[in-house]
Amino acid sequence: MWLIDSSIGRKLIMSITGIFLVLFLIFHGTMNFVVLFSAEAYNAIAGFLGANWYALIGTKILALGFVVHILYALYLTFQNQKARGSKSYAVKNNQKGVEWASQNMLVLGIIILGFMGLHLFQFWSKMQLVEISHKLGCENAGNLELAKDGAYWVRHYFENPYYSVLYIIWLTALWFHLTHGVWSALQTIGASNNIWLPRIKVISNILATIIILMFISIPVYFLLGFSI
Amino acid sequence: MEKTINITLKIWRQAGPKAKGEFVTYKLDNVSTDSSFLEMLDVLNEKLISERKEPIVFDHDCREGICGMCSLFINGHPHGLDAGTTTCQLHMRRFKDGETITIEPWRSKAFPVLKDLRVDRNAFDKIIQAGGYVSVNTGGVPDGNAIPISKIAADEAMDAASCIGCGACAATCKNGSAMLFVAAKVSQLALLPQGRVEAAARAKAMVAKMDELGFGNCTNTGACEAECPKNVSISHIARLNREFLSAKFKD
Ligand code: HEM
Ligand code: SF4
Ligand code: FES
Repeated sequence: MWLIDSSIGRKLIMSITGIFLVLFLIFHGTMNFVVLFSAEAYNAIAGFLGANWYALIGTKILALGFVVHILYALYLTFQNQKARGSKSYAVKNNQKGVEWASQNMLVLGIIILGFMGLHLFQFWSKMQLVEISHKLGCENAGNLELAKDGAYWVRHYFENPYYSVLYIIWLTALWFHLTHGVWSALQTIGASNNIWLPRIKVISNILATIIILMFISIPVYFLLGFSI
Repeated sequence: MEKTINITLKIWRQAGPKAKGEFVTYKLDNVSTDSSFLEMLDVLNEKLISERKEPIVFDHDCREGICGMCSLFINGHPHGLDAGTTTCQLHMRRFKDGETITIEPWRSKAFPVLKDLRVDRNAFDKIIQAGGYVSVNTGGVPDGNAIPISKIAADEAMDAASCIGCGACAATCKNGSAMLFVAAKVSQLALLPQGRVEAAARAKAMVAKMDELGFGNCTNTGACEAECPKNVSISHIARLNREFLSAKFKD
């Protein structure tokens, strides 16, 4: 299968899953941003994403996207280390124009993954998981009222400044991952040439910044002493 | 006015492919700043020979930046610090008096060390043999403009064709990827009518060979482009990706 056996095939999978995850982030970030203006509107959107069939299918596809992206990331990085050889350079200097993020995508990815564990525990396990459990007939799986009140959980966690700071660290790592990731994904599928190469790099930075600003506005808002 | 400097060299010595190598330190005095880097190594070798020691093995041929034979990882950069030059185009005026210069061979799984600073770059030849040619005789030079070729395509093909197959891209890449080299070789032909005919098969064959030989997966860091002595652009890698993916999707 060329999607596993060939380097460009593997890169295609990285690129497609990466772009898919970016699209998800755009949606998720926009939805989060709403909470700053109206907790009700936010809860209404979150309500669509409870334990109904389309949200469940969406969750499964999303989880699959993550799993494939991560498995390929590990496989690719493992192969690349092997290709580098057993002996490393005694002196190796960085070149001008090589982004730091591009050299550390796996490290950034692992940081993202670690914080994602925390995030899923704090929100998903208190919301969609509780609803799913209730649907499956498990009555004492948690408070169903609160499971539908996303804004409550946002308030609950972000009023704690430590969590706000943790989320800001997480989002910074994600920002670095995306500044390289977005243009790299486009380059991988061949959507680049002499004219477009500098352009997609700029697009990458702008998109990464917009996405992260939407997310980061919430912990920053709470850190500044406001609440929703 | 000729200026001279005294330098310390830390050079990788390795008796053979299987031998365990090590750095050996040499002191070299009164090196003319007008001499080239390779001339400096010649002087060192003559000194070693006169002392009845083994001279240092390093690759070189044309010494004018066109053949791609010279290699050497100098102070953390392939071909030394200067951008857009080969080692034979590097001069001693770029170094300071009293400086320690570390010289290592290319390091990459696919480029095993043969002796001292010389590595086996046969892997690149095998990739070329897999498809880096036009397999039909296209005859003599056609009338000018009989087949129109855009200026843009002609320029880009020329830029790609400037690749001298030195291996600096794979040597510096943190992923040990040879994509810049393969992209240059695929692009120079895919952009022109003679090469276009076999473009799809060529991209598939050369990428398959590259993977088989154990080169890594490109993650678009751009280190290759920064170190390439011929400034081959990574936009050619995008073209290779396009060629390869469209060929695969057509299958
Ligand atoms: C929301 C989460 C994530 C998003 C939006 C995302 C997005 C992306 C994108 C767009 C790329 C570029 C693909 C390409 O170069 O063709 C990429 C590459 C990469 N990602 Fe992620 N990623 C995420 C999470 C992760 C995680 C959790 C890991 C690992 C544990 C990871 C590891 C990597 C690695 C190693 C690469 C570089 C591979 C390459 O360029 O070939 N990512 N990511
Ligand atoms: S692309 Fe540049 S660095 Fe790579 S082999 Fe060709 S000339 Fe050398
Ligand atoms: S010796 Fe020919 S390019 Fe340097």
